[in-house]
Amino acid sequence: MAFAVDVDAGSAERTATKELPGRQTVDPESAVLAIENMNCGGCMRKIERVLGDAPGIASVRANLSAKRVTVAFDPQNTGTETIIQTLADAGFRAADLAHNNLDDSNRADRDLLRRLAVAGFAAANIMLLSVSVWAGLASDMDAEIRSLFHWLSALIALPTVAYSGQPFFRSAATALRAWRLNMDVPISLAILLATGMSLVQTIRGTDHIYFDASVSLLFFLLIGRYLDQSLRSRAKGAAQNLMGMKSGWATVVLDDGTSERMPARALEPGMRILVAAGERIFVDGIIEAGRTDIDEQLITGESVPRSAGDGDKVYAGTVCLTAPIEVKATAADNDTLLAEITRLMETAEQNKGRYVRLADKAAALYAPVVHTLGLVTFLAWMWAGVGWEAALITAISVLIITCPCALALAVPAVQVAATSRLFNRGVIMTAADGLERLSEIDTVVFDKTGTLTKGLPELVNGGEISDETLSAAASLATKSRHPYAQAVVRSAESRGLKVVPAVDVTETPGAGLSRQLVSGGEERLGSADWCGVSGGPGVTDNTQATASLWYQPAGHEAAAAFRFVDALRSDAADTIAALHSAGLGVALLSGDQKAAVKSAAEAAGIEDWFAGQRPDEKIAQLKRLEAKGRNVLMVGDGLNDAPALAAAHASLSPASAAEVSQIASDGIIQGHRLEPVTETIAVARRARRMSLQNFGIAAVYNAICIPLAMAGFVTPLIAAIAMSASSILVTANALRLNTAKLEL
Amino acid sequence: MAALAWLIPAALVLGLLGLGAFLWALRTGQFEDLDGAAYRILDDDEPPQDGEDRDGSGR
Repeated sequence: MAFAVDVDAGSAERTATKELPGRQTVDPESAVLAIENMNCGGCMRKIERVLGDAPGIASVRANLSAKRVTVAFDPQNTGTETIIQTLADAGFRAADLAHNNLDDSNRADRDLLRRLAVAGFAAANIMLLSVSVWAGLASDMDAEIRSLFHWLSALIALPTVAYSGQPFFRSAATALRAWRLNMDVPISLAILLATGMSLVQTIRGTDHIYFDASVSLLFFLLIGRYLDQSLRSRAKGAAQNLMGMKSGWATVVLDDGTSERMPARALEPGMRILVAAGERIFVDGIIEAGRTDIDEQLITGESVPRSAGDGDKVYAGTVCLTAPIEVKATAADNDTLLAEITRLMETAEQNKGRYVRLADKAAALYAPVVHTLGLVTFLAWMWAGVGWEAALITAISVLIITCPCALALAVPAVQVAATSRLFNRGVIMTAADGLERLSEIDTVVFDKTGTLTKGLPELVNGGEISDETLSAAASLATKSRHPYAQAVVRSAESRGLKVVPAVDVTETPGAGLSRQLVSGGEERLGSADWCGVSGGPGVTDNTQATASLWYQPAGHEAAAAFRFVDALRSDAADTIAALHSAGLGVALLSGDQKAAVKSAAEAAGIEDWFAGQRPDEKIAQLKRLEAKGRNVLMVGDGLNDAPALAAAHASLSPASAAEVSQIASDGIIQGHRLEPVTETIAVARRARRMSLQNFGIAAVYNAICIPLAMAGFVTPLIAAIAMSASSILVTANALRLNTAKLEL
Repeated sequence: MAALAWLIPAALVLGLLGLGAFLWALRTGQFEDLDGAAYRILDDDEPPQDGEDRDGSGR
């Protein structure tokens, strides 16, 4: 019964699929849409309901992990554009991904998982047979039974190695063709030789059978490879979603005054585009008519919307929040700031791909040594006159016992321990080689808004505002999604005031809220102009603590000013001090205005700060530090930081960051504190030391075992014990990282 | 030793069954949306049509 329930939950397509009644069946078309703001089960359910009820739609399936929806529809009754519009009406920002190559990374993922599953099955069964053989050596196993077990092992191992080993063989072949050595070369060689020799020995009926060693090596290494691959394909998918966001549909106003829907790709500079409230803007341009609040979080990381009207510049990728506007395009498609940022990020990512990992460095040293020793063994035994076959067995057993098991585990074991320690402390490492690069950094560069600060406005002059005023303002503010309004509600609630949502509130975009009172008169909450306040303390100067919101009660009482500040994270100053005292350089790069950056830098104790930095300027600053021989850790959150995050030697971003920035960075910090930055650096440094220790352990192990193998003392049982012992030792050493006390 | 004649095939068949089940699950997309599945079990099914078995009593 429980099984039946599982099946139901897994195939919810049944509930979301409906027949199109009374109509001739047309071949349905299908579309894959990226949904930017599908974040929870509720959103998923709503999307499936909304689309399921829409006309012409045959089936809907939402994928929460990938933030995508697959829709099958009848092209005669609906189209991609209509579906996107339906979603927009329900409050979801969707984009068509039809032109992207969606399945490639998914296919690679599944391919590896299949090979892993086969290797797992084979490893378990061969080990079962091998343990029986080893036990039989000590008791009374018949030679025939032993031979049967060996044949069974061969039967399982040969197809497994041929199938599951392919990723390693291919990678090794590619490396060899380019005259390079990577870790896959010794791995492939060891697996192929061990399997080949075991087969020959099975036919000849001797004891030198190493099927168990080669298949379990394959299994463990495939686990690591799969984890790595699935991380990368997740990042790739999210990046594709972003690219999809550029493609959408826009309403273009034609010369004769009529309007036409056009795909975003067809937009050109000079066109006039109508943007409805809640819609994304697809071009860089200038507002020609209308006033609205623009959500620029995707571009700048700034959570407070910017009020924009006639003549103001808007950028592609931002969202028009409160009222419709007409925009004259100045740049479209691949010339927009959004496209430029994405290109910068891709270029920076490619450069990072050149980093040579510790394990590959080790492989380049290790492989020639081991292969030379194997050859020396063979020649020496030949010279001693034991015949080529015995000489070959001994030579191959040298390659097997030095098999890169401990070596291939030395780094991954430490990585797993370090990653899980960081995970428990709220840091998710996303890049496979991120910890290695983090261990080398000597300079930390922070972004301001949302990174050093909380990215949420906080009321600072609460002391000047009476409970009465605050609760009246808050009850108006409940009706707005503007961050300042929400900050007012939060501070009223934290004072323990009862906030009753006001009724009949009107929101005027770019200005504020108003309400007609039954007793006559009107109360207002909003900008200085909106409340009829001219000037006032702090209104003209552009520091952070500007009076940004005013409340004008009905009647003739004076308006009350609300000041907000984007406060530093509570431990920002402590964290910076800790980094300084550990001898690390600290700098602040922000796209914000000078005064705001200056005050934040002073409060946090950072001497090096740069304001008004555009994305390409941030990269230039990093290059300048790099030229000085610095390895920079970039910590940032906005899309404007993404190129810098990708370009820096290592990078971290807070969980509140734009998704692109999280993809571009090596790790994500959860929670409201900055202290994980120091913890991450400390763990990364310790992880590097432990990796080196583990290489040391592997070297000692090899120094003991290689002479034994060369002398011809190694049997399959000894090989199995020695290999597991070294692997366990290396893993146990790595696990110490979980409990170690660390200081930067 | 006669036990081996059926123990070994039994072990192999069971292993292959597990492997087959996993590959089937993979092919039919059971691992496509690991986050979404957790929410889907909370989702009510469509309300049953008239005449369908409402309470599962079979009446």
